[in-house]
Amino acid sequence: MSVQTPIYMDYAATCPVDERVLAAMLPFFSQHFGNAASRTHKFGWEAEEAVDKARNQIASVIGASAKEIVLTSGATEANNLAIKGVAEYLREKGNHIITAVTEHKAVIDTCKYLERNGCEVTWLPIQADGRVDLAELEAAFRPETILVSLMFANNETGVIQDVAKIGALCRARKVLFHTDAVQAFGKVPIDVEAMKIDLLSISAHKIYGPKGIGALYVRRRRPRVRLAPQIHGGGHERGNRSGTLAVPLIVGFGAAAELAQRDLADESTRILGLREHLRTRLTEEIPESIVNGSVDQRLPGTLNVSFSYVEGESLLMGLKDVAVSSGSACTSASLEPSYVLRAMGLNDELAHSSLRITIGRMTTQEEVDYVVDRIKENVERLREMSPLWEMVQEGIDLASIEWTAH
Amino acid sequence: MAYSDKVIDHYENPRNVGSLDKSDEAVGTGIVGAPACGDVMKLQIKVEDDVITEAKFKTYGCGSAIASSSLVTEWVKGMKIDEAEQIKNSQIAEELSLPPVKIHCSVLAEDAIKAAIADYRDKKKG
Repeated sequence: MSVQTPIYMDYAATCPVDERVLAAMLPFFSQHFGNAASRTHKFGWEAEEAVDKARNQIASVIGASAKEIVLTSGATEANNLAIKGVAEYLREKGNHIITAVTEHKAVIDTCKYLERNGCEVTWLPIQADGRVDLAELEAAFRPETILVSLMFANNETGVIQDVAKIGALCRARKVLFHTDAVQAFGKVPIDVEAMKIDLLSISAHKIYGPKGIGALYVRRRRPRVRLAPQIHGGGHERGNRSGTLAVPLIVGFGAAAELAQRDLADESTRILGLREHLRTRLTEEIPESIVNGSVDQRLPGTLNVSFSYVEGESLLMGLKDVAVSSGSACTSASLEPSYVLRAMGLNDELAHSSLRITIGRMTTQEEVDYVVDRIKENVERLREMSPLWEMVQEGIDLASIEWTAH
Repeated sequence: MAYSDKVIDHYENPRNVGSLDKSDEAVGTGIVGAPACGDVMKLQIKVEDDVITEAKFKTYGCGSAIASSSLVTEWVKGMKIDEAEQIKNSQIAEELSLPPVKIHCSVLAEDAIKAAIADYRDKKKG
């Protein structure tokens, strides 16, 4: 069977809006266009009702109640609200936050901002498999610790943290636990009760919903979590986040959440099957290809793999009709290779050689096979061109060479 | 990021990929860059009567690095070594329309040809 190109395998970056989600959204643009905060007429009531339904659909995925969902513009805002909101509200109680070096920039840069403004932050290192060492977390708690922020699953590697154990450690010390669950939401089961999660950030566009809408789960009972709002105004979202609700986007978020929850078991099994097919073919057919991060503790659809002695951007350039992403420096503005892979102890060379491939709802086995064939061809071609590959074939240890850094 | 047509052409059809015998007296080898930085170029020249008769390269790096080294091997063939030494990175960058963030690739190619010539001269001095 032939495949249609270009092939999209970058679902961790974003997803197309599911047709069913789009259909649910459309009436809320020009037909049911009311302001959900208008209490005096039908237009407002319709909008409010639609928002309530969506709130329930979203809450249900994580075992929360609708009142615990604070809608935001996306997960970046949700992370900002969770971390700055707690730090500001609990200023009297303490000023210490624990997080990890491999968090998303939305968490890292928010913590760095707080560090410049009187907070102390412990940056946990990460183990080679991409997971936090729980003993290190335990040792990091102080009397003035107010918040632990550790992501559910990493965006570059797909590695999942032991969230339930982290939650238990935090709860035992009466420290709030925030998790950035953007990549995990709707992909793996999440239960905020069982996992003792107090705050959780999510985004619609990673689950086939629209861009521009996300949410922060804020626990209301045992303990009741309070936040200092970061966007002030009309007092929407129980004062936690002002601003007119984006009703069509919220409806889309709700519809996407419901589909994700309904199909979670079947879809994750199918996607895991494809991911394992991808992983097995790549590692068996391409010598010196290395999977980055734990193979078992990872999201079903995400694979991060390094092809030694081939630079990532040049590999992407050869994969013209395939959309994947790379941890190579050259694909970022900063010219630094992936900080996530570096933190896991990968040397720069392997970090430069990495690809992130993410499989999603629309991916087929034919597409996976096509992508493997193209990667294989290009890795072979580029290795023929690689002086490093030549040296290794000649038995030269690359570490023994004095390179001229530039 | 969009690549220029010339970069794509050199990436897809690289000129003079390969290796020369580095123990040959007439061959100069330059290896520049570092794996940690994401690019390493190996450029080799064969010299007869001060004229470069052959040039080969192997490059680990992005498309612009591959294109810069491929282009330089094309240029230096038939040049006197004194001329080849005058090649400036700005000429390479201009020919390939490299964006500012890729200028270091052309710098590396200039360094590579200079290193190959220096190696050849060292060998001749014995």
